[in-house]
Amino acid sequence: MKNVMSNKWVITLYVLPALLLILILIYIPIVLTGYYGLMDWDGIGAKTFIGLDNYIELMKDKLFWNSTYHSVLLAVFSAISLIAYLVISLILASKIKGAGLLRKIYLIPMLLSSVAIAQLWLKIFDPTNGMLNKLLEMFGVENTPIWLADPNLVLYSIFIPIVWQYAGFYIIIYYAALKGVPDEIIEAAKIDGATPFQIAYKIKLPLIAPVIKVTIVLAIVGSLKYFDLIYVMTGGGPNGASEVMASYMYKEAFKTYNFGYGSAIGFALLIICLVMTWVIQKLTASKEDAGY
Amino acid sequence: MFHRKAMSALLSIALLMVLVLAGCSSSTSSNNESASNDGDKTVIKFMHLWPEGSSKAQFTIVNDIIKQYEKDHPDVKIQTEILGNEQYKDKIKVLSASNELPDVGVTWAAGYMQPFVKGGMFASLDDVIDSNFKDQFVAGTTEAFAIDGKTYGLPLELNITPVYYNKEIFEKYNLEVPETYDEFLNVVKTLADNDVTPITLGNKDRWTGSMWYMYLADRIGGPEVLTNAINRSGSFEDPALVQAAEEIKKLVDMGGFVKGFNGLSNDEAKGYFMNEQAAMYLMATWELPNYTTSPDVTQEFKDKVGYFKFPTYEGGKGDINSYVGGPGVGLFVSEKSKVKEEAKDFVAYLVQEWGKNSVKDAGVIPATVVDTSNIELDQMYIDILNDLGTASNLTLYADVQMSSGVAQVHLDMIQSLFGGQASPKEFTKKQEQALAEEE
Repeated sequence: MKNVMSNKWVITLYVLPALLLILILIYIPIVLTGYYGLMDWDGIGAKTFIGLDNYIELMKDKLFWNSTYHSVLLAVFSAISLIAYLVISLILASKIKGAGLLRKIYLIPMLLSSVAIAQLWLKIFDPTNGMLNKLLEMFGVENTPIWLADPNLVLYSIFIPIVWQYAGFYIIIYYAALKGVPDEIIEAAKIDGATPFQIAYKIKLPLIAPVIKVTIVLAIVGSLKYFDLIYVMTGGGPNGASEVMASYMYKEAFKTYNFGYGSAIGFALLIICLVMTWVIQKLTASKEDAGY
Repeated sequence: MFHRKAMSALLSIALLMVLVLAGCSSSTSSNNESASNDGDKTVIKFMHLWPEGSSKAQFTIVNDIIKQYEKDHPDVKIQTEILGNEQYKDKIKVLSASNELPDVGVTWAAGYMQPFVKGGMFASLDDVIDSNFKDQFVAGTTEAFAIDGKTYGLPLELNITPVYYNKEIFEKYNLEVPETYDEFLNVVKTLADNDVTPITLGNKDRWTGSMWYMYLADRIGGPEVLTNAINRSGSFEDPALVQAAEEIKKLVDMGGFVKGFNGLSNDEAKGYFMNEQAAMYLMATWELPNYTTSPDVTQEFKDKVGYFKFPTYEGGKGDINSYVGGPGVGLFVSEKSKVKEEAKDFVAYLVQEWGKNSVKDAGVIPATVVDTSNIELDQMYIDILNDLGTASNLTLYADVQMSSGVAQVHLDMIQSLFGGQASPKEFTKKQEQALAEEE
């Protein structure tokens, strides 16, 4: 066994298939996207090389910055909701009755596809027949909001299903991490008279800090490139009020036939995501886990 | 011992994968060959957008035609690929970017197909029309698929857009079918005052709102005004087009449309009409099966549905027999197809047969002239077919007339106008700018 694993050829053979797949399916398209971003191209006819014009135009494009703002807002919103997930996980991980059932309840939205979730929430948000407005009417609200049609409300209306969708995912991660905290430490703390709050804040959280860091990166980068639910529920509308970077990219590339410009947006999105990841790494870096 | 076995198994799997991947690069060229020659048979690749699940009637018609064609031409095999509407649009674009269009496929008219034609992707079908379809197409349908005098698509369907209404609701409030716009406004007002949703509209899809605007533009400024603005012999800031936008604003302010229309898709909005929560619904005749033949809708509801022509506007230039509408999808043949002649023959056959079968089987109005004398049809179909016969004008959907970039501006502005985020003046100005920029 040892012999086999130290043979360079074997290592190469093991690594090669995955490496090839990743190269072909991920890295080469990334390079191509950057390259197409330098073209004036409708995606069908001839390509014309125009240098950085697309990127320069992007910098001046109000719609792009608008959609970037929405994406960033979603990222902030997701990062904040991580706190709620963490609190829920702390409660679930302490030995309360019915924790198992609650865990399953939180996990179920994750099992639905985004499109199904979108359909579900479209029904809930329906301005006349939807559950939400019916409920509000029951409480005597007269002018019920038109959730997805109101440009000032639509973004927040959409954040709710997104947060709901991912709750289970993060709760499971936190829950698993919290279960990994050794019981002895907590027992010892209890004997020393620590309150549950102190145990959570001073022992559990520091011990799962690396996991929290990973979830922050996941939540923020995931939010920045978020697309599906928004596309199905509003298509970026009304009038761009819920447009995010990814939906704007899709619109430019596939609806307006600005394939070159769409590619430039895609590349910009990649760079923004990379920069954000780097920033989070720097901000949350501690001495023990430098670098990965 | 076990480890070693597992190891060698894993290694061979890894090797296999490398081989498979290496094989990928050359597979495209061999694919093309097998496309043109499957043993002795000629294979025609055909991509369409009527999946069995969502468009069963159309799917069955096409399927039957293909079977019949293969029977008549034993040396030809039709290989189909079927996708839903939106996926179809995306995939066809990716395929054309990589030069791998199917031999025969479905396209939309005018502005939509322009990039494909300019990129030399579609074959001219003038010869097919000349040899197979003398005077068989309804006037104006093939023209929508023509660019620079050559036709690149054979139209399959033809639609006009009436206003469907719920007779029961109208009776309940003593309303008559409106013939003038003032009467129409009166209907809207009466319904709104009685807390009934007058019109359902799924303006998340935006082309739905565009049809309301197009009708008002037509009735106020005549059939040419919008078309001229788009083909640049006129302007989008024409007073008639501004006036039409103002009428839209007025209609919205009256509470004419269903609550939250800008967030509803067309399907959701349709639900309001089908559930009898809204009195009127403006939609093309592709909805007809729901009110006539569809087995999924109760007869009780079908009996309640009637339709009327968009009312005339006092002092306006448009007449009541002018319609928003035009051909739906058409068929194209790929310019780069290796079996172009066979593909053209198949397309001609398909369109012919489609014309014969689509009315009675699917309730779709074909783009070819229909002989209704020996088929039994629902009265609403006969009325619509008659209306088509006496139509003074068909105005092709604005977003289809425009190039895709301008169409997006138009659609966005429609949503802003309906939602009150843009004034009628801004609405026309933005579109004039977009059109002028493109010149």
